[in-house]
Amino acid sequence: MKLSGWGRYPILEANIHAPRNVAALQEFVRSEPTLIARGNGRAYGDSAINSAATVTTCHLNRMLAFDPETGQLTAEAGVLLGDIIAAFLPRGWFPIVTPGTKFVTLGGAIAADVHGKNHHKDGSFRSCVDWIDVMGASGSVARCSRAENPMLFEYTLGGMGLTGIITQTAIRLRPVETAWICQTIHPVRNFKAAMDMFEANQGATYSVAWIDCLAGGADLGRSLVMFGEHVRRDDLSETHRQMPFIVPKKPKRKAPFDFPGFVLNGLTVRTFNALYYRAGSRKAGQQLVDWDAYFYPLDAILEWNRIYGRKGFAQFQCVLPLDSSEAGLSALLKVISKAQAGSFLAVLKRFGAQDSAFSFPMEGYTLALDFPINAKTLRLLTELDRITLGHGGRFYLAKDSRMSAETFAASDNRIKAFRAERKDNNWRDAFASAQSERLAL
Amino acid sequence: MTKSPVLVLGARSDIGKATAHAFASLGHPIQLAARRAGTLEADRSDISLRYNVEVSLHEFDALDIQSHNSFVDHLPELPEAAVCVVGLMGDQSENERDLEAATRVMRSNFEGPASILAALANCFEERGYGTLVGISSVAGERGRATNYVYGSAKAGFTAFLSGLRNRLAQKGVHVVTVLPGFVATQLTEGMDLPAKLTAQPEEVGKAITRAVEKKQNVIYVRSVWRLIMMIIRNIPEKTFNRINI
Repeated sequence: MKLSGWGRYPILEANIHAPRNVAALQEFVRSEPTLIARGNGRAYGDSAINSAATVTTCHLNRMLAFDPETGQLTAEAGVLLGDIIAAFLPRGWFPIVTPGTKFVTLGGAIAADVHGKNHHKDGSFRSCVDWIDVMGASGSVARCSRAENPMLFEYTLGGMGLTGIITQTAIRLRPVETAWICQTIHPVRNFKAAMDMFEANQGATYSVAWIDCLAGGADLGRSLVMFGEHVRRDDLSETHRQMPFIVPKKPKRKAPFDFPGFVLNGLTVRTFNALYYRAGSRKAGQQLVDWDAYFYPLDAILEWNRIYGRKGFAQFQCVLPLDSSEAGLSALLKVISKAQAGSFLAVLKRFGAQDSAFSFPMEGYTLALDFPINAKTLRLLTELDRITLGHGGRFYLAKDSRMSAETFAASDNRIKAFRAERKDNNWRDAFASAQSERLAL
Repeated sequence: MTKSPVLVLGARSDIGKATAHAFASLGHPIQLAARRAGTLEADRSDISLRYNVEVSLHEFDALDIQSHNSFVDHLPELPEAAVCVVGLMGDQSENERDLEAATRVMRSNFEGPASILAALANCFEERGYGTLVGISSVAGERGRATNYVYGSAKAGFTAFLSGLRNRLAQKGVHVVTVLPGFVATQLTEGMDLPAKLTAQPEEVGKAITRAVEKKQNVIYVRSVWRLIMMIIRNIPEKTFNRINI
């Protein structure tokens, strides 16, 4: 059947299998010469598609054990972060690291080593992972952790499923007193002011900036910088304090149909951005926001990917090292603003230090935006690749759908070592995706 | 307030699991019954962790009729409601040639489910309350060339359920007949089913909890099936024999 990532580009024909248990998965892995695992399909591009055989972990989705002393949860790879929150937030636990959607599986979060608004403080998803069970090409399962099979552990985190199939994992949750976040919004004139704001607030638990990529000149990169802290029970109002984990239910909205391509253009996005900035500026200061609205605003609009129309969209996310961030962001934002190419969802975030075998984050600034797919934006994306490379930056594979192997090879000096491990451990032949083929991994 | 348990017979199936999740999400302890019940350990922990309820596993063989009374006697607590999801589709062309295979399909869809519900019904009747839910099938509404062995057994089960409902109506015990239509399960994986007519197992589970709560008698999970089956039942035999559905 036809398969694509969340960006709905590219769309590829693929054989999908959905084993019901580990034994069936094992049999399948042994019989297929090449395959890739797929979680909930939230990677934007072709990371979780193998035309010959794509194996989804949707039925391997059971929670197996929880230790209330340590907050450690053992679960199968197909469990969604949203399921964990639904089960454990009412008991006072929340994921230590979460990306911008709760509709990701644990396996996907590990494979992409996802990050959240607290990366500068708590690191990427790996921070909460105690161990991972990985099924190799022979069908046998190896447990890996920082102490046991550390090489497999290192490369499975951020390894995009290219080291085997993640079947089970143990992660730790964080204790929280309430389901609420105290959010502070600071409107700032341009991206330099946003960077200053990040640097001055390194102690904030959560930080992220929404950035207006269409504003130019002195307004280049005007932003709403948003900080967040878990609210303590004592700081809630009397009524909320009685039920600290109950938040108002919101109606689920759904993008009703594929928007025609002309809906998203420079004008509509510029108007949206201007309104959003003004609305954000009016809300400047502190407010109480529930966990769902704070961490997952887009999840409230199911199938929001349809607003980009039938042709789909491409995400671009790079990280620039700290010392070249200012110059690099300036160059990127100038090109984007000049192209007036629409992106509703541009996000700027300060990463903390991270040293890992193949994960995306490193200390510096990450910029993420999306564009409807067309010839013009594909050219623009190539230009953004070039600027990123010129400033020593690298790219997030969970977002990529169109980068060239050359660009990728030039972006990251860890690739050679990963390729060598793939070859030596017989991962290369057994586990491959359309993306790994395109990038010659 | 602690709620009383719900028993799911045939808990390994997708509809069985979804039903267990649906009742557990309402706070009911769950009794999962199936053959080789020990292999449901991961599901036991999953349901228990997600909904913070007690979940127990019980060895149960629908075809071992002799064991049914003792199975009921050995439950740690007589459940408030019991849902029988036991069934076997079988292969129609095999059923046409192999009488043994056909018998297994008929026993799995009629004799076994009817027997265990009968045993539970007597206990519920004596106690004076409870709900019995049988998963039958729209295939039992009219015999068709493509699956009449399965369909005939389901027809028998549907009639059994309606009779049981009739008998127990004045005794405080309610009986629900579920005719799910197409459901996206392991059985139908790979079949090209029309999306609008195909329910997800979770939908079936929710529909069952609703039917129990509202004391509905016969439910089709997606209401369009009520119309479809009304039409299919009313096609004259002469015409019916000329079409293949």
